[in-house]
Amino acid sequence: MKRNLLLLALIGILLAPMVANNYMIRLATIMMLYCVLALSWNFIGGLTGYPSFATAAFFGLGAYAGAVCQGQGVPMYLAWILGALMAAIFATGLGLAILRLRGHYFAIASLVVADVLREIVNSTTNLTGGGMGFNLPILKLEVDAQAKLFYYLMFVLALLTVATAVLVDRHRLGFGLRCIKQNEDAANMIGVNATIYKTVAFILSAVFVGWAGAFYASWVNYIEPGDVFDVLYSVKPIVMVLLGRAGTISGPIIGAIVFLLMEELVWRNFLTFHAGVLGLIVVALILYLPDGVLALNFRRLVAWRKNG
Amino acid sequence: MLYLQILVNGIVLGGLYACIAVGFSLVWGVLNVINILHGTFIVIGSYTAYFAYIKLGIHPLLSIPIAAAILFLLAYAFQSGMINKVVAAPVLTTLTLTFGLDLFVNNLLIVAFKADYRKVILEHPLGVLTLAGITIPEDKLAAMGLALLLTGLLFWVLDASRVGRAIVAVRMDREAAALMGVKVKKIYALTFAIGGVMAGAAGSLISLIYPISPLNSLPFLGKAFVICVLGGLGSVPGAMLGGLTLGVLESFGALAFGPEHAVTLSFITLILFLLFRPTGIMGKRGYE
Amino acid sequence: MKPILRLEDVTRQFGGLLALNEVSFNLQPGEIVGLIGPNGAGKTTLVNMVTAVYSLTRGKIFFDGKRIDGMKSHEISRMGVARTFQVVQPFPKMTVLENVAAGALFAAGAKSLAEAKERAMDHLRFVGLADFAASSASALNLADRKRLELAKSLAMNPKLLLLDEVNSGLNNAEINRALELIRSLLKRGITILIIEHLMKVVLSLCSRVIVLHHGQLIADGEPSAVVRDPRVIEAYLGSRYAKQQKEKSRE
Repeated sequence: MKRNLLLLALIGILLAPMVANNYMIRLATIMMLYCVLALSWNFIGGLTGYPSFATAAFFGLGAYAGAVCQGQGVPMYLAWILGALMAAIFATGLGLAILRLRGHYFAIASLVVADVLREIVNSTTNLTGGGMGFNLPILKLEVDAQAKLFYYLMFVLALLTVATAVLVDRHRLGFGLRCIKQNEDAANMIGVNATIYKTVAFILSAVFVGWAGAFYASWVNYIEPGDVFDVLYSVKPIVMVLLGRAGTISGPIIGAIVFLLMEELVWRNFLTFHAGVLGLIVVALILYLPDGVLALNFRRLVAWRKNG
Repeated sequence: MLYLQILVNGIVLGGLYACIAVGFSLVWGVLNVINILHGTFIVIGSYTAYFAYIKLGIHPLLSIPIAAAILFLLAYAFQSGMINKVVAAPVLTTLTLTFGLDLFVNNLLIVAFKADYRKVILEHPLGVLTLAGITIPEDKLAAMGLALLLTGLLFWVLDASRVGRAIVAVRMDREAAALMGVKVKKIYALTFAIGGVMAGAAGSLISLIYPISPLNSLPFLGKAFVICVLGGLGSVPGAMLGGLTLGVLESFGALAFGPEHAVTLSFITLILFLLFRPTGIMGKRGYE
Repeated sequence: MKPILRLEDVTRQFGGLLALNEVSFNLQPGEIVGLIGPNGAGKTTLVNMVTAVYSLTRGKIFFDGKRIDGMKSHEISRMGVARTFQVVQPFPKMTVLENVAAGALFAAGAKSLAEAKERAMDHLRFVGLADFAASSASALNLADRKRLELAKSLAMNPKLLLLDEVNSGLNNAEINRALELIRSLLKRGITILIIEHLMKVVLSLCSRVIVLHHGQLIADGEPSAVVRDPRVIEAYLGSRYAKQQKEKSRE
């Protein structure tokens, strides 16, 4: 039953652009992006228990790596892979430095990284355009086709991320990460090479995000440091995963979908107060729904509404 | 001579930095909560000073009590209303909560006051002090002096008053303190409020020097964090030491690499300390 | 016979405190040796040093002829050293079976989680926890948690087992059961170093006893001889009592 539903959903996703308008396609592309971000954060945050706020750093790095490469004449497809690679390499180095920190120290160190990268990009004006932003070469595709192209690209990336998540979950890496999350000292004692496992999780949390960043740059054609290194790109995936359930695969996906729906509603009604309402949602989530939406017992909710 | 000037600049800046960080450090040390709102609290303090000057003609250095009062109430309300519920929760929870609160409050500030940078331009600026070839703007000097005074006041309160000793006790050992009759929840709320007060006061002082905007909240927070790591958590002398160190470092760093790289410089310092000396310059968990 | 564990002048300093002071001893394969001493003597610190929780200030540690000080905990575990913790350290959100399977998977070289779980069931049956396989580890009572610790360690296929106060908090019946389990481990050829407070356990199980006091090794020998050693008596009961004993034996 489940597999048939999944198949149906996949077919629906593949055929959707035929019937949808460009606005819907754009929305769906963002949903795929959110799935990638949420699932990626889940590797280091949900599975391993290390509260990483570095997603924005990886996203921006991938965006700028891809953009600058394209600006230098590298073909688009190659530039995207380079963006992903740069994010992965950066995560390896950064991980070596900060993964030995625990708790608050790790969180804040990861948070500051995006700001540092933003500052570096701002000052290397010759390469990146600095604060004035970077214009990517225009694609020789008409608008509708472009919209569909990036929709499918993001979809494939999302599929790749899901596949990786499933693989990790079934492989001893996933098991080991869960051990680390629950008791890192005991995990070390039992033979888990925590250092390597954590680093792999951190790299996984970066590579698809960097790739998505590179896609994003080509998709929107113009990026600037404040945009792609925005701290919200670090906070939103966390909220999505908390909305769903950390550590699972469907959790982040459901969380991403719910989050996008909420965000659309908020955008339409509270343009200037967008971040503020997001903040309120986060607060409500932490205080009243600590186990996420998936933990809600829907049958009980329905019964409670019927009786009340 | 140039180096001496840079050093003095750094020390003056450092005194202010100590005031910025001490409230943050106290909250982190006692509640084990990283208060993302701290930067926004500072900005609120700055706005209070700004409007007090514009509308009421009160000199920013004198509007400290007003800012302090506002922030005391605000912080106390936040803590007893919301943050108290997650004090024992894992890092991710508390961090995300204060993050969400900060998003909300910061956005409110942007809507209310716009993101444009404002500056307090004094009608009668205090002038410049020149000593042995070194120039120090008097308003900055006064700000630094007051900052040190306030920080010293906090130290005295923690050291000499009953409430202060209770706060230190909770920081050392929450359960033991509770067993001795300390109302831990109240202490938490009070400590958080004190953190807010120091932030507000720092904000008032800062309004003379830095441009005021809600966008400045995260950079202030970043500085506070670096200072905590440099100086050790939860101790006033630590915050002072960390603040002075950062001030001097930034001063010389600006000379060597240009002021645009301030964040990178402090981040590298941060990483180096976290890797090689996480207990800070003093090398011990500063319990005063 | 080559010793399976050899400590040479092992020293550990924590700031001003000298927790271990030039401790040297050997463990022969198949022995069961008791490690006793008053509180704070450094017994757990010693185990922590062997398993690389702490690094050495000075000295050398050899396992199976190879130098292991300087290696990381997980490497040492994979070489065949397992330990239990005085305060039990399970993976609280996993089942009992998964807890034990972790040991089999990461230290004992099981090729898959499925194989690890099979092996884990065997170990659970050995310690008598088979019925709890699907329960959450955090739902067990203290005695069962201690057995879980033991099963986890066994799943790692250790050549050397370091037991840290496995009997604290257990009642008499539980202790006797634990003793039986430990005896049957010897039949498997596992060398055991057991930290214990209960003299009856030490006297009935151990072929040899090592005594630590203020980080120094003050006795190493047969149990019955060690308990009469004046230095040991002085360490446990104080110098005045030891003097009294001396004077008594002169009369």
